[in-house]
Amino acid sequence: MDLNTVAELRDARLGGPWRTGDAWLGGGTYLFSEPQPHIRRLIDLGRMGWEPLTRTPDGGLEIAATCTVARLSRYGRQEADWTAAPLVEQCCRAFLASWKIWNTATVGGNLCNGLPAGPMISLTAALDGVCLLRAPSGEYRKVPVAEFVTGSGRKDLRTGELLRSITLPARALASRTAFRQASLYGLGRSAALLVGTLDPVDGSLTLTVTASTVRPFRFWFPPAPSAAAVEEAIRDGIRPEDYFDDIHGLPAWRRHLTFHFAEQIRRELGSPS
Amino acid sequence: MSFAMHVNGRPTGVEPRPGQCLRTYLRERGWFGVKKGCDAGDCGACTVQVDGAPVHSCLYPAARAEGRSVTTVEGLAGPDGELHPMQQRFLDAQGFQCGFCTAGFLMTTSALDEEQLTDLPRSLKGNLCRCTGYRAIEDAINGVRHTEEPDPGHAVGRNLGAPAGPQVVTGTARYTFDVEVPGLLHMKLLRSPHPHARILAIDTAAALRVPGVHLVLTHHDAPERLYSSARHEHPTEDPDDTRVLDDVVRFVGQRVAAVVADSEAAAEEGCRRIVVEYQQLPYVLDPEEAMAPGAPVLHPKGPESRIARPENNVCGEAHGELGSVEQGFAEADVVYEETFRTQRVQHASLETHGCVVTFEPAGQPGEAGQLGEAGEAGGGAGEERIVVRSSTQVPFLTRRALCALYDLPMEKVRVVAGRVGGGFGGKQEMLTEDIAVLAAMRLHRPVKLEFTRAEQFHGATTRHPFLITVKLGAKRDGTLTAIRFRVVSNTGAYGNHGPAVMFHSVGESMGVYRAPNKKVEAYSVYTNGVPAGAFRGYGLGQVTFAVESAMDELARRLGIDPLVLREKNIIGPGEHMEGPLGEEEDLHIASYGLDQCLGVVREALANDTSAELAPEGWLVGQGFAMAAIACGPPGGHIADATVRLLEDGGYDIAVGTAEFGNGTTTVHRQIAAGALGTTVDRITVRQSDTDVVRHDTGAFGSAGTVVAGKAVMQAANALAERLLTFTAEYARTPRSLLRLGADAVECHGRTITLKEVFEAARGKGVELAADGHFGGSPRSIAFNSQWFRIAVDPDTGEIRILRSVHGADAGRVMNPMQCRGQVEGGVAQALGATLFERVLLDEHGEVTTAAFRRYRLPAYADVPRTEVHFSTTSDAIGPLGAKSMSESPFNPVAPAFANALRDATGIRFTDPPFLRDQVWQALAERRGSHYSE
Repeated sequence: MDLNTVAELRDARLGGPWRTGDAWLGGGTYLFSEPQPHIRRLIDLGRMGWEPLTRTPDGGLEIAATCTVARLSRYGRQEADWTAAPLVEQCCRAFLASWKIWNTATVGGNLCNGLPAGPMISLTAALDGVCLLRAPSGEYRKVPVAEFVTGSGRKDLRTGELLRSITLPARALASRTAFRQASLYGLGRSAALLVGTLDPVDGSLTLTVTASTVRPFRFWFPPAPSAAAVEEAIRDGIRPEDYFDDIHGLPAWRRHLTFHFAEQIRRELGSPS
Repeated sequence: MSFAMHVNGRPTGVEPRPGQCLRTYLRERGWFGVKKGCDAGDCGACTVQVDGAPVHSCLYPAARAEGRSVTTVEGLAGPDGELHPMQQRFLDAQGFQCGFCTAGFLMTTSALDEEQLTDLPRSLKGNLCRCTGYRAIEDAINGVRHTEEPDPGHAVGRNLGAPAGPQVVTGTARYTFDVEVPGLLHMKLLRSPHPHARILAIDTAAALRVPGVHLVLTHHDAPERLYSSARHEHPTEDPDDTRVLDDVVRFVGQRVAAVVADSEAAAEEGCRRIVVEYQQLPYVLDPEEAMAPGAPVLHPKGPESRIARPENNVCGEAHGELGSVEQGFAEADVVYEETFRTQRVQHASLETHGCVVTFEPAGQPGEAGQLGEAGEAGGGAGEERIVVRSSTQVPFLTRRALCALYDLPMEKVRVVAGRVGGGFGGKQEMLTEDIAVLAAMRLHRPVKLEFTRAEQFHGATTRHPFLITVKLGAKRDGTLTAIRFRVVSNTGAYGNHGPAVMFHSVGESMGVYRAPNKKVEAYSVYTNGVPAGAFRGYGLGQVTFAVESAMDELARRLGIDPLVLREKNIIGPGEHMEGPLGEEEDLHIASYGLDQCLGVVREALANDTSAELAPEGWLVGQGFAMAAIACGPPGGHIADATVRLLEDGGYDIAVGTAEFGNGTTTVHRQIAAGALGTTVDRITVRQSDTDVVRHDTGAFGSAGTVVAGKAVMQAANALAERLLTFTAEYARTPRSLLRLGADAVECHGRTITLKEVFEAARGKGVELAADGHFGGSPRSIAFNSQWFRIAVDPDTGEIRILRSVHGADAGRVMNPMQCRGQVEGGVAQALGATLFERVLLDEHGEVTTAAFRRYRLPAYADVPRTEVHFSTTSDAIGPLGAKSMSESPFNPVAPAFANALRDATGIRFTDPPFLRDQVWQALAERRGSHYSE
């Protein structure tokens, strides 16, 4: 929809001080989907020219914040040669939004919205992603994705700060993964999205819980954990109020799905019944 | 730096506004094929291709299209006008009804690759269609052809395509807002943040200072006169409880003020600058609490408002008893009683409410909406009239209401509907025309008011939520001894359609069953929530859900097959529908297909193997329900029609009813083609315009075929007679030797073209035209049945529909393809209301589901193919044996599903929607323990 209070569309390359009423414009698929009467300027990241996907010297993957979901999806299906690659498409498909939206929606935008059901949060949190943030001063800092999102719609992003990229380390890319997702509706918004990763070096299992909770929760287990160990970790680690309560699913159901999927993932990744 | 982009090959250099999306940029350049459905990226109606990639243009920053090539539906066909193969397929399969979503589907499906075409559930998840139920769209994508071109005179009963099809698939069909009006002003509404408040003061000074703002309207500008936004043939059916702008607001979202400005942006800014001082009043959201002593009174009004008991918030009520239910229950071997609740549901037509008000010289009808500013089109200011181009099902009743509201003579107001992008009852209401006309009259300028999607949820109407207690008594052999309903319908803050929906809800739902003792207690109650209004089924669906669920449960308790229980107790051919509120004397079973509808269910059960499709560990069940509906509303429904021979030898039908995908235009042409022995391509239809005929009550109450169609049939038959009589005289041939052909009269071996007949008649000063009229009474009854087999995952609550079968008694089916589409669309819409649709209010009564991402509509992936079986009946009342089939397919769906869910889970679910979390929770509670506790 038209954002009628926006008085200026400013190329982000021009720089300049951050003002009240400014908003970064990534793909625009969230910003233009709801009224934003507080926004006066859109700082357009469309011409930054950041390489969408870059392999790092040590074998990791740096995803530019402006990389579109469509580009990442194509990469995951056709180009990525690492073990965890199928997880990319699984997470893309967990979007409520249509594949047409993927053509413009950005990975960074999904992270910065910080919604529990944000599947790029699930993907990058599960693969040990680290956010690279740039302050208006030009200084950079790094925050793990799982700590970047701190609550429903809340994130560790300071005024004027920009998410530049997310880097997934090589070791995570080499892990075996298992994916489970449920929604109140067919192909709908995630009410629970869990990812298991099996470390390629030490065989440890990491469980990443998203969508059912207000923020990502991660649980690390030594190789082949028991069902009881996984259950206990989740029960102790996620407080009742951490389960997300909105119209897309009752908290009790989300909690149940979390345990249910965790056990399925544990078994899929080779832990004993 | 100069801006440049190409749209459909044409360069444009106008720089977009900084916050503008591509959708409005394209529409402002006249590319009206790009539709606004949700304006939030959820529905896909605005899909265009940017450098070949489909995007939702409502989310696409227009400035980002710089240097790119944009293709809209208007650019999909070849330069020579040859349709894109996908456009042709949508025509051949008639993959649309109202057509508002079609451009978006075309721009999406024409860009799908081979892999995507094999995964339609995912590929189409960003495109919503509210009308078709998607089967026709799937057939279109797969290249299945359904349309036929029958021989002259044989159109009835055949699969003719909709006359507007070519315009729909090329994006050239003109919907309400698809017009350019020079000097058009835009209206935005300020809405109440409180559920109940008195407006103590409104300061509009700052709003009026916003550049571009021309006018701010508040309750000081509104007439004192009370009316109802509901439109009925008899305005007294609804209480007069509404003002254009009131000094008391009764729900969050009620309009408080209107700002008219040069642009929507300025009007929005004006709304933000209005300062309102409210005195908040106590409010009530629950209808039972609203009736209790001491509840806040919403409408302390006098008897002239026709509110049943204003002091108790009872808008309307009905009480009656036939026989003695007390005795009936005493005689019963089994008594079953349960309370059911139906939720708020929104119509969600893809075209929002709205209208464009212009002026034209009186007595010179122009192309509606293609009008200039007042006075421009010639004629003095004193001789002009107001033209309201509206997204309405009821142009004539809206004109009547506007005239009554503003003391205008009928000839000073013309109301026209363009093609309407879906209605479902929601547009049997005057929600925008009143205030837009007030502003236009004040300013003497054209004014547009177009609702946003969010306004559809908090500022339009919903289906009435019902609380229904059903009590049934039966003998051991299944014979019903008594039926009792207690019904509380929540009409929200205003009583539009409140009493009428309440009365209808307890009519056919109870009348279809024979029982010696029947009792009804029904209330339509005011609460401080968004008003409910007319909705497909008009109350019947809510009570049918309850009674059909109860009948199923009763059958289980009696140990009788629920089909047998129905067969034992339903009324038969020739019987009357008896109810405790008195018999409706003009209601007759003029054809009886209910037995066939139940036979469809029996047949489906007998040959069913779908249980094999259920995943391992899932619970499987089956269930059915039935429904009856009167073919038209009580109290009369008027249609006038005129059919005339044209100079070119073709025919013209003038009829008042509106086309919003219901397909009545197709049927009217078929009926006329049959009567006149011609083909439909020789018949044009002028419709939904108060200029074209004397009167038409409107496109509601399932009246398009059986009422307006009957008027068209009469007119066409009368014209055929006149044509033959005139031609016999002209050709000096006995009339009995004449036969009407496609474009000529066959005269005993000689052919006289209709062109020649027209010339001859003109020479003699004779106009070959005839009128038809039907008053909508007597009425017949149509029947439906629905059967499902479903599977439920006990671990997640997920439900899959394994098979869906529908029986429909539509009398003689005028157009099987189209009628099937009506059934499929009804089933799909009902599945939405059964499975997930719900308008939720927070504790202050504010709607929290005001977008499609929060209010889930059925998508392609959600809707199974439904096998549709028509009864072979022919009605004695309806035109050529036809009955209604537009509202009714909705009604048996929810109870059939609930009965299947009961069968699968052992749990009787009484409160739709049956969401996965709630189904899982009910199963978990029955198991007595939650996972891992």
